[in-house]
Amino acid sequence: MSSYTMSFKRFLALLSTRNKEFFRDRSSLSWNILMPVLIVAGFSFAFTGDIGEQFKVAVLNESMATKASQQFLTTKHVEFYNIETTEDDVTQAQDRAIKKIQRHQVDLFLDAKKQTYWINTESPKGYLVEKILLAQEKNAFTKQSVSGKQIRYLDWVIPGILSMNMMFSALFGVGFVIVRYRKNGMLKRLKATPITAFEYLSAQIASRIMLIMVVTAFVFYGTNIFVDFVMNGSHLSLFLVFALGALSMISLGLIIAARITSEETAGGLLNMFSWPMMFFSGVWFSLEGAAPIMLSIAEVFPLTHVTASARAIMIDGASLVDISYHLLVLTGQSIVFLLFGAWYFKWE
Amino acid sequence: MSTQLLQIKNLVKHYPSVKAVNGIDITLNKGICFGLLGPNGAGKTTTIEILEGINQATSGEILYKGQPPGNQFRSEAGIMFQSTALQDYITVRETLQMFGKLYPQQADLDELIKRCNLTEYLEQDNRQLSGGQRQRLLLAIALVNDPDIIFLDEPTTGLDPQARRNFWDLINDIKAEGKTIVLTTHYMDEAYMLCDEIAIMDHGKIIAQGTPKHLLEKHFNDVILQLPNIDIDNVDLSSFTTHKKENYIEITTRDVNQAIAVLIENNVSLSQLQIRQRTLDDLFLELTGKELRS
Repeated sequence: MSSYTMSFKRFLALLSTRNKEFFRDRSSLSWNILMPVLIVAGFSFAFTGDIGEQFKVAVLNESMATKASQQFLTTKHVEFYNIETTEDDVTQAQDRAIKKIQRHQVDLFLDAKKQTYWINTESPKGYLVEKILLAQEKNAFTKQSVSGKQIRYLDWVIPGILSMNMMFSALFGVGFVIVRYRKNGMLKRLKATPITAFEYLSAQIASRIMLIMVVTAFVFYGTNIFVDFVMNGSHLSLFLVFALGALSMISLGLIIAARITSEETAGGLLNMFSWPMMFFSGVWFSLEGAAPIMLSIAEVFPLTHVTASARAIMIDGASLVDISYHLLVLTGQSIVFLLFGAWYFKWE
Repeated sequence: MSTQLLQIKNLVKHYPSVKAVNGIDITLNKGICFGLLGPNGAGKTTTIEILEGINQATSGEILYKGQPPGNQFRSEAGIMFQSTALQDYITVRETLQMFGKLYPQQADLDELIKRCNLTEYLEQDNRQLSGGQRQRLLLAIALVNDPDIIFLDEPTTGLDPQARRNFWDLINDIKAEGKTIVLTTHYMDEAYMLCDEIAIMDHGKIIAQGTPKHLLEKHFNDVILQLPNIDIDNVDLSSFTTHKKENYIEITTRDVNQAIAVLIENNVSLSQLQIRQRTLDDLFLELTGKELRS
């Protein structure tokens, strides 16, 4: 076999050196681990105890509310919010509201037209608000019971924080390093050896995926000891989602770093990609009900799909089949980004 | 069997605003040390980078062992750039091991480490190396694949005199093994000490080529007498070619005895007289009218 086809020996040599470089850079390693832990700790502290004493009731068909329902809807110190519906998505809206009841995000869900309500049998606040509802007319409403463990904001936001940390590590860890190596002549030196661009880039990608997975696992299990967040799905599925997400975002970093020789330009460009992703990929708040244009933009970001997949696995216990759409998008993005990045790459 | 290792024919490299290399021809025989000299911007680094395969020529032909340089060349060439960063947090040993694994064949690492005087620093982080240690490591990297041809681009720039001397000894060792070396340098004493053949470049062209001794003999048959300015202020030297420098004057003459006789006749103190042979610096000045480091 020619030494200029893919050489596993060369690939391993580059991979192993890059890994050593990363793990020995204590400040960078500590920051990679500490940042998500600090964010989680901050949220944990901020949301300790009850988020609010007010009862929260989701209402469907408010405009067609019966007299009994209308009476209940005038109750003071209860926050009522309408589920926005058109004729087509009533069922979806109802499903979403029931899911929120299961997660204790809403205390009671009332179909004001049909006089049917849903409560979580495990929720003390649901029990109390039910008493208020039935105090008006005891037999006017039909009860539907659901159950489910409480999902705190912390549980909801942790998949996003893990994904976001991964994004920063992928984009800056590969993009910035390649630009630095190009600027200081390391890439030029490597170009003078028999290694190919493909071997070099593969080693960089493999190294970063390994590092991201180790750091993410460390943060995941380490944080869980203190916060005890919800994990209803398969750890292996989550691992696969993060690995695929890392590949996709590293590949995006490769495109950004393919030709740039200035660390300042690279930093600016990487920020230009990472900040919108951080805010508009559903990491901090749900995209549910967001403007269509924002949803379209979010759809393009790999972080949106990683966060949605991780959240579905961790909170809903989703299987890989359930999140196949996101996996497909991430795979497609990885292939396109990788091919373009490798084609566009220059040593100098 | 041919002794020619590398042939360069009518090599041209034009950038949009400058003709960096403007049609040069060089033939390198096996086992020689070839020096490419010239001031900054003469085109020597561009030339050497084209030979190394780092830069693309606009036109011209390069043959390595009779063939256009390809995979075989990349395996058999050792390269030391003017400046190369090494990976942080990696030791000298790990750096050599990594580079060694990038090539199909490897030199004996223990032997290489000993030869380049790296034994003491093997477990040291690349960041902690001094200038001289670092240059020796870069040379070791250039030799890690046991190359047939070695390119050294200004390898001793920035080194102190002792480190330079040590580096010259290393290069002489490599030469003694029969390896072919292509060296660019600013230091004429270095070129004189190490090179079997030199080419002087200016404005992208070779303006002189041959052995250092042959070039000096061809262009000069005189010597230079140096005296402090103060000793010679009122002496008539119109029969000699003189160059006044800041603190001393240079008298160029083919007949040292006659020059000294004139000086004694004029009661010039000879206590600080220095007589020197012509150097490559003089040759460059003669050929281009420029200081070599300009």
